[in-house]
Amino acid sequence: MKDTIAAIATPSAVGGISVIRISGPEALTIAGRVFSTFSGKPLDSLKGYTCAYGQIISGGETGEAGENAIDDGVASVFRAPRSYTGEDTIEISCHGGLFVTREVLRAVLRSGARLAEPGEFTKRAFLNGKLSLTQAEAVADLIGAVSEKSLRTAKSALSGALYRRIRSITDDLLAVSAHLAAYIDYPEEDVDELTEKDVEAIVEKSLGDLNQLLAGFDRGQLIKEGVDTVIVGKPNVGKSTLMNLLSGRARSIVTNIPGTTRDVVEETVNLGDVVLRLADTAGIRDTDNPVEKIGVDIALERLTTASLALVVFDLSEPLSEDDDRIISRLSEETLPAVAILNKTDLPQSLSESDLEKIRAAFPHTLLLSAGGSDKAQQQALSALNSEISSLLELSDIHPEDAMLANERQREAAAEAASRLSEVLSTIRSGYTLDAVDVALESALSALFALTGEKVSDTVVNEVFEKFCVGK
Amino acid sequence: MSYQLESYDIAVVGGGHAGIEAAMAAARLGAKTVLFTLTLDAIANLPCNPSIGGTAKGHLVREIDALGGVMGIAADHCFIQSRMLNKGKGPAVHSLRVQADRSRYHIYMKKLLESQENLFIRQAEVTGVRVEEGRVTAVETKLGAVYPVKACVIATGTYLGGMIHVGEVSYSSGPDGVAAAEKLTESLRAAGLHLRRFKTGTPARVHRRSIDFSRFERQEGDDEIVPFSFTTDPAGLKNEVPCYIAYTNPATHQVIIDNIDRSPIYGGRIHAVGPRYCPSLEDKVMRFSDKPRHQFFIEPMGLDTDEIYLQGLSSSLPEDVQSAFLRTIPGFEHLEIMRSAYAIEYDCVDPLDLRATLETKAVSGLYGAGQFNGTSGYEEAAAQGLIAGINAALKVTGREPLILDRSTSYIGTLIDDLVTKGCSDPYRMMTSRSEFRLVLRQDNADERLTPIGYRIGLIDESRYQSLLHKLDQIKSERARIEKVNVAPSEALARLLEEKETEPLHTGCKLADLVRRPQLGYNELAPFDPDRPSLPAAVTEQVEIQTKYEGYIHKQMLEVAEMRRLEEKKLPAEIDYSGIDGLRLEAREKLERVRPENIGQASRISGVNPADISALLIYLEVWQHEQAADKGETDD
Repeated sequence: MKDTIAAIATPSAVGGISVIRISGPEALTIAGRVFSTFSGKPLDSLKGYTCAYGQIISGGETGEAGENAIDDGVASVFRAPRSYTGEDTIEISCHGGLFVTREVLRAVLRSGARLAEPGEFTKRAFLNGKLSLTQAEAVADLIGAVSEKSLRTAKSALSGALYRRIRSITDDLLAVSAHLAAYIDYPEEDVDELTEKDVEAIVEKSLGDLNQLLAGFDRGQLIKEGVDTVIVGKPNVGKSTLMNLLSGRARSIVTNIPGTTRDVVEETVNLGDVVLRLADTAGIRDTDNPVEKIGVDIALERLTTASLALVVFDLSEPLSEDDDRIISRLSEETLPAVAILNKTDLPQSLSESDLEKIRAAFPHTLLLSAGGSDKAQQQALSALNSEISSLLELSDIHPEDAMLANERQREAAAEAASRLSEVLSTIRSGYTLDAVDVALESALSALFALTGEKVSDTVVNEVFEKFCVGK
Repeated sequence: MSYQLESYDIAVVGGGHAGIEAAMAAARLGAKTVLFTLTLDAIANLPCNPSIGGTAKGHLVREIDALGGVMGIAADHCFIQSRMLNKGKGPAVHSLRVQADRSRYHIYMKKLLESQENLFIRQAEVTGVRVEEGRVTAVETKLGAVYPVKACVIATGTYLGGMIHVGEVSYSSGPDGVAAAEKLTESLRAAGLHLRRFKTGTPARVHRRSIDFSRFERQEGDDEIVPFSFTTDPAGLKNEVPCYIAYTNPATHQVIIDNIDRSPIYGGRIHAVGPRYCPSLEDKVMRFSDKPRHQFFIEPMGLDTDEIYLQGLSSSLPEDVQSAFLRTIPGFEHLEIMRSAYAIEYDCVDPLDLRATLETKAVSGLYGAGQFNGTSGYEEAAAQGLIAGINAALKVTGREPLILDRSTSYIGTLIDDLVTKGCSDPYRMMTSRSEFRLVLRQDNADERLTPIGYRIGLIDESRYQSLLHKLDQIKSERARIEKVNVAPSEALARLLEEKETEPLHTGCKLADLVRRPQLGYNELAPFDPDRPSLPAAVTEQVEIQTKYEGYIHKQMLEVAEMRRLEEKKLPAEIDYSGIDGLRLEAREKLERVRPENIGQASRISGVNPADISALLIYLEVWQHEQAADKGETDD
């Protein structure tokens, strides 16, 4: 028995009209939950090849969001076998635009459809005999290509921050799962005891993280909202000057007293090819000043959630311990970063070997003067635009791919969250560790679905990596 | 000069735990079987620790017994201490482990083989397997004898190309002074197998009188002993000996660190891959340098000997270093070593060369089992030996092969892992390797496998009937407790409070109380006056099945999904390089593994869901074409 799938069928999500396609045995029923016709006729009473004008509502069986209208639109009904896939199919056309399209898709998914795999409509079309063998072979090619790309997109800068946050939750769960495996499989050995209470605490935290992630999803990572960018560097290296250059306004207070910027100042900046959501941060410097300490903590925190770092160094000064600390901290992160060697207008004091060190740590390096002449500033902006675009591979990844990648991650996160709730209920009703362990692995596998890793192999590897077990 | 001797249906090469199960199963299924061993005195040898079972391994032994193998019965006859591990962690991971008497185990198994009709035992070194037109036709021995056979099971353990290392000294040998088998490797390579080197190791054996046992924590066996075999009566089983728990200390570690360059592994003289799960003490000290101590166990080797085994202290350091580090342990100041610890390298096959029947893909009628297939452990070996022996016998008698899928057993999981994922170090069974572990419990191995053993002919009628009777009893008792009403009462309220579970305000079904994790079937007896008298094995199943019903149901759905994919068979002649849409990595992996069905393909690491989609499309196209071809010939 086949389930019902849905996805955005139109290639471009910006402007014009977008189409959300729903296909499968439940297509009419599911569409009926989110689409109410102005004529009052239920969707499933319509014949094939007919359309209806109506309202798209956020609907869903749980109805927690209430029945809010998302958009007006047209629903086209195709009845099996006379449709592209050969199954009952509904295509809902709505006004283009990422936000609306995504909301409609989400309402459909909430109402019982599953997000289609790459190429799945075409696969179904083939399996239902709607395509020739030659066409089908082309489809197989397409599926391979699309899936490679969707993983790459998920890891890319456009949604990379999200990927990394999910990855970090996955790692927490993997660690506890491996510990549990070691504890269960090596009862005779010195593996630290792991109680239901311990597991509960970790699972609660991961579930909290996932829920937070899901709640914040809409404010999310879309390209139109900009790439979440953090400017880091030791104090007085010129971060605020760079920020002001980028935003064209004196937003941060610029002085030469180290530690002037204490709060994170946010700004959205269009550089031409790329939109940056900028946060200037307090200089990363070991400091005893309590107010500034908070700023530094925020700066380090931003590093873990940002999608891009602009790392500023001062050409007019030798490399300091603070700089070294920043270099080593950044190399721990997989965050895309551009190193900016600032103050080309001043005499250079940075040694060639230090320059090499920076270049080795950051493949993308720019020399510029953020506070120089107008012409120098123009050059600096244009260099930044092209360097960042190439770093983020913007030419290669389309906004709708990024959105789809995000939707997949969202679905995986939501599935994992629901399975983690089951882990908690298993623990709280007092079940034994064997049942807890299996429930936990099932949550983990929902997250692993994003990368195609196999849970059991990964857990077993982790056990031998982290625990000294075996006779 | 060679000469032909007796013909057999099946030759089993090796008299260890794999070879024994293979030979017994084959002979009992009616195949005329010969078992070759390098020496009759090493049949069923326990060359490493004198114990059987443990986590997941205990499950394997129960399954071997349920299917009609012999390891469980032998362990029940020869154990000297028995413990059920993991009791507090839930029934799915309860694991039986016993200390076995090493020489009695050998004597018991040798006698068992000798008593088996259809089975012939021969001390000889097999040096070659003859292959004609892709089929096994005979085996050859070192003395020049040629034995015509229809099938052959290779179960050579660590003897094949065995090379022992102790410190700076290396020499060709198998375990316990038995010569290595030298020539067979060449013949197997010529037959088209991919052979490679693995490594394992074992600790020193020491004399009982040189240990001050007062310095160690004593560990007793269980009061209530559960046997491995479903046919063994637990009454009268008893523990004979204690074991002891001990620890290394910083002084021990210092001796090892000071002498690490004298280790053949750290000195770079061994390159073979050792087991991750069974590290030598020097590995533990070097890799986990932050641990101030490592635990080990002091275990007797048997009742008729003073030899003691030091579980956890495997090493390949020189003898003087072994003695020095052991003597840093309080209680071991005057320790006498009787056998030194050593590392051993041996030849084994890449298990991707095997089918799920354990027959090699290259040679029809040639099977592999045990360490030869890249595993480690007596139990893993026995499990494969049983399946290889069964399949060899089914083949020579013209019957369908037996493949146990992952959802039936740990045995099936073990073999599927081997032939699907291969292994890069010796493979050890673990409960976490089974995604279906809530249904693959050691307590229900009989329900899962005895009907299969009966169908192929290893389980006799009376054992099968008694299983059916047991299943019947379980079913009716489960139905009964779903009907029995329990009313709130003072006594019940007291029990519920004592067990820290919700009080009962209105009446409920007895089963609802059994479902509560805090309550047991037995302690509810006072509230169930009409309860029939049932064997413990029955009530245990009633309790587990009721309590874990929701979880078991969920796993059964996953099982159904897996079986659906397993039913989609991939054609044998498939050419992966010609399938569009497969990524290069997937193409290479699929070509190497050549999975039997879509389910197996989906478990190969490096094959992702998109590749599976591409395969499914290919399969559809192929079926269309087959149908079309058939249509043409019909015209």
